[in-house]
Amino acid sequence: MGRKLLTEHINVEGINTFEVYRKHGGYRSVEKALKTMTPDEVVEEVKKSGLRGRGGAGFPTGMKWSFLAKPEGVPRYLVCNADESEPGTFKDRQLMSKLPHLLIEGMITGSYALGARTSYIYIRGELLYVLRILEKAIAEAYAAGFLGENILGSGYSLDLHVHPGAGAYICGEETALLESLEGKRGNPRNKPPFPAVQGLYARPTVVNNVETIAAVVPIINEGGDEYAKLGVGKSTGTKLISACGHLNKPGIYEIELGVPVEEFIYSDEYCGGIWKGRDLKAVVAGGSSVPILPKELILKNAAGENRLMTYESLSDGGFVTGTMLGSGGFIAMDETTCIVKNTWNFSRFYHHESCGQCSPCREGTGWMEKVLHRLEHGHGSMHDIDLLVSVAKQIEGNTICPLGEAAAWPVAAAVRHFRHEFEWHVTNPKEATAPGAAYRGTAVLA
Amino acid sequence: MEPTTAPTKPQFSPAAQAEIKRLLTHYPEDRSKSALLPILHIAQAEFGGWVSPEVQDLVAETLGIKPIEVYEVSSFYTQYNLKQVGKHVLEICRTGPCMLRGSDELTAHLERITGAKVGSTSPDGTFTLKEVECLAACGFAPIVQVREKYYEQLDTPEAVDAMLNELKSLVHRPILPWEETGLPNSLKNY
Repeated sequence: MGRKLLTEHINVEGINTFEVYRKHGGYRSVEKALKTMTPDEVVEEVKKSGLRGRGGAGFPTGMKWSFLAKPEGVPRYLVCNADESEPGTFKDRQLMSKLPHLLIEGMITGSYALGARTSYIYIRGELLYVLRILEKAIAEAYAAGFLGENILGSGYSLDLHVHPGAGAYICGEETALLESLEGKRGNPRNKPPFPAVQGLYARPTVVNNVETIAAVVPIINEGGDEYAKLGVGKSTGTKLISACGHLNKPGIYEIELGVPVEEFIYSDEYCGGIWKGRDLKAVVAGGSSVPILPKELILKNAAGENRLMTYESLSDGGFVTGTMLGSGGFIAMDETTCIVKNTWNFSRFYHHESCGQCSPCREGTGWMEKVLHRLEHGHGSMHDIDLLVSVAKQIEGNTICPLGEAAAWPVAAAVRHFRHEFEWHVTNPKEATAPGAAYRGTAVLA
Repeated sequence: MEPTTAPTKPQFSPAAQAEIKRLLTHYPEDRSKSALLPILHIAQAEFGGWVSPEVQDLVAETLGIKPIEVYEVSSFYTQYNLKQVGKHVLEICRTGPCMLRGSDELTAHLERITGAKVGSTSPDGTFTLKEVECLAACGFAPIVQVREKYYEQLDTPEAVDAMLNELKSLVHRPILPWEETGLPNSLKNY
C-alpha cells in the first residue's frame, strides 16, 4: 500500500469544510511558507521535489515557476487549470469536489511563491456544481484569515476567484484558457511570448493543473527532498490515476509512481482486473491523446521488462513501442473492443474540439474522422489506411498548439499496432460491421 | 387602448444583478469583459435554458461591449444553447470511455422513451437530447448531465428510470452563489 499525500483524508466526514480540514492538518503549508520561508525558498523546495506537471505534459513545475518574469510594479498571476477535459481523465473533479480546501491551500502557498496578489481557478463550465463548492470553501478561507489582506499577519495579501468555462476542450491549452478567462473565444495564442512573460492581461502568468497545485501542499509540509524519495527516478511523488473503461473497479487511485502496470490493472488494491472475466486487449494509458498500446506492450516493454506507472517506463520505446503517462487517464479495453470504432470516436472528438485556427488541424481532424467513419462502416479501402497515416503526419508539428499532435498520435498508434484490424474492416466488411463484431487477431508489437 | 405588440426586453432579476455585480469585482476594472462567460451562464439559467439574441444583447449591454463580442463567444462554447430548448436538456456524453460502457445504447434508449431525437426536443417540449463530448466522469460511465447535475452509471433501464422520475418533479431555477447542488452518488462514496 503506497503513501497517499493528497487523498489521505478524502473520506473524512466534513473534510470539505474549513474546520474539519484544518483539524486534519490543513493550511499548515501556508503557515510554514508565510511565516518561515521566503518566496524563493518555496520555489526551491518545489524544484527539489522533482514535481512534474500533472495535467499531461509532465514539465518540471519548479522550473516553470522559475521562468516567471518579475518586472517591478507589474502584477503577475497564478492560474489554476481546472478545465479537466482529456477523455479518460476525471481526477481533478473528484479532488475539488471532496477536498476543495486542498486546492485553495496550494493556491495560496503557490501564489506566495510567485508573488501573485490575485489568482484564478479556471474550471470547466460543466462543473458549475464544483465551482459552487469551491466558492463556499473560498469564503470560509477568507473568513479564517487565510485569504484577503495581510494573511496571518505576514504582510502578504491574496485574492482568489473561481471562473467557469463553457464547454471547450481546447481551453485546457494554457493560452486558450487565458483567452477564455479574458472573455474571448478559446483560441490558443502564438508562442512566444510565453505566458511566463505575457499571460493573463499580458502580465506574467503561471498556469498549473489542479493536482500539481495540490501537490505543493505536501511538498512544503514535508520538504522537497522527502517528496522526492517517493517514486522512481525522475518520476517522483504520487499521481492520481483515473481508471476507466472495461475494469472491474474503475475510479481514482492515488499511486506512488512506480507501481507495475500489471499490478495496477489486476490487483484488488487497484482496478481488480478486467470486467466480465474477459481478456485485456489494449490500454490508452494517459488520456485519449497518448498512443494506444496492445496488452503485450502495456504490460511489458519491447525488451520484455515489466512496465511501470512512471513517466519514463511508459514512454520507453518512444512512439514505436511505448506511450506516455500523460494526465493519468487510464482507459482499459477488453477483447470485444473494436479498435477502429474507438479510433473513429476519438477522431470525432478532436474534430469537434479543434478551434479551427490552423488549417492542418481544422481540415485534418475532419479528414481523419471521415476516413475512419467509412472504414468502421465497411466502405473503406486499403488506401484509406495509408491515407490516415499520411494525414496524421501532416497535422503533427504544423499547428500552433498541441491539439494537432493530440489528434494525430492516437490515429497513428492505432494503425501501427492494429493494422490487421483496419485491413479486416476492408477485406471483411460484412463481418466487421455486424453488431458486436470485434477482431481477435494479433496486434503488431514492433 | 391599442394593445402593445412590441416584445418586452429581457431584464435580469435583482438576484442575478447582484450576482453580476459580485462577479465584476473579480477582475481588474478595465477588464470587465472577463465576466462574459459567467454572465452568459447566469443568463442561460435565468431565461429558460438558452440564450436568445435578445438575451445576448442584454449581456452585451450589461458589460458595455459590442453584441458581436457576445455572439462570437456564445457560438464558440458548446454549453450555451442558441436555440430554444425543452424543459430538461439531457446532455449525453458520447466520448470513448462512455462509449466503451454503453453510451450508444443509452442514447438509443433515451430516444425511444423520451420521443426526442439527438439534437431535437420531444413533441411535448419536456426533453431536449444533446450529445456532448467528455464530461470528466469516465469512471462512472455512461453519464448524462442535466443543468448542473451529473447522473452517472446509467447502464441499466432502472438507473435511467430513476433519473427521469427525479426530473419529472424538478423545476429548474437559477442557482444562487455558494448554494451547493449536491454531489453525484459516485463522489459520496469515494
